[in-house]
Amino acid sequence: MKNTLVILLIAVAAVANGQSVEVIKVPDLQQLMEQESEEVQVINFWATWCAPCIKELPYFEKARESYADKIKVHLVSLDFADQLEKVNRFASRKALKSNLYLLDNVDYNSWINKVDPSWTGAIPATLIINPKTGKRKFVESEMKEEELNAIIKELLTKS
Amino acid sequence: MKNLNILVASLALLVFFAGRPTGSGYEVGDKVKDFSLKSVDGKMVSLADYKTAKGFIVIFDCNTCPFSKAYLNRIKALNDKYADNGFPVIAINSNDSKRSPGDSYKEMVKYAKKNDYQHPYLYDEDQSVATRFGATNTPHVYVLKKTGNEMVVDYIGAIDNNTKDADAADKKYVEDAVDALLKGQKPGVTKTKAIGCTIKWKEA
Repeated sequence: MKNTLVILLIAVAAVANGQSVEVIKVPDLQQLMEQESEEVQVINFWATWCAPCIKELPYFEKARESYADKIKVHLVSLDFADQLEKVNRFASRKALKSNLYLLDNVDYNSWINKVDPSWTGAIPATLIINPKTGKRKFVESEMKEEELNAIIKELLTKS
Repeated sequence: MKNLNILVASLALLVFFAGRPTGSGYEVGDKVKDFSLKSVDGKMVSLADYKTAKGFIVIFDCNTCPFSKAYLNRIKALNDKYADNGFPVIAINSNDSKRSPGDSYKEMVKYAKKNDYQHPYLYDEDQSVATRFGATNTPHVYVLKKTGNEMVVDYIGAIDNNTKDADAADKKYVEDAVDALLKGQKPGVTKTKAIGCTIKWKEA
């Protein structure tokens, strides 16, 4: 009985704390963008210091629930790698459930065009890909919830 | 009545464009229009004040952005290295102080003093200079070279290729550009992307 309670407590704590942040490199990001999948991939670039990014994070979290099984949401933090603890604390406070990464590469000009050639380097920025149809959409600005959902719906449609 | 409609439509367009920079701005090779902005010492600064300058390292910068903070010492070092060679640094803060209170003129004065700025740090209060340049992020660099009586853009973009660690940067875009210009050559790399915080534009 006591053991069950402990396990239950740990489980509750884990759910409340959300995901932990995985530090990734550019090839990992590329893999994320190029992987074959039935699901539409939503990749959002953000940082803990970016107020408009934080404002739109709940929309991604909500979309993740509304389109469960149809999309995968990846939140890629561009905080510096020595800020990992801060990003983890933030993720846990906000109980983020999406896949969380910190992209550790500050030579931005070496990879930013791979995400999208039109990206000037500002965040928030979001790339949404349908690996089945090959369709992709890149948005370099803060999105409203309806905007995000409209793009997801558009990419979910076949052809 | 029809005319009135056109007038209203034009006004609406005008408001739209005034509220948001259009994404245009200077490209490499463009001539730069001079400006007059207040620096942290209270004096107005124009490019034309620098009679002996061969060019400028104009940097859109601010107090609050983590990227600007990471580059703070490198920006000061660029001025130390190149001001006496005729390419002084001119830093400009264009952030709206309503949206970013830490970037008000008062805070700029404090920040420049605390960090012992030797270069001018100008307040682009109405954001017209950032808009004209097409600056989007901080820090965002424009290297200008005096050509005849004009200032011409020769490089646009980032300072180097390692935001976090100056020693680890193996591509020093701005230094390479200025070094080339000092030798009378064209920079090898004329445009990179200046990753950083977005300039905080006034709410329309």
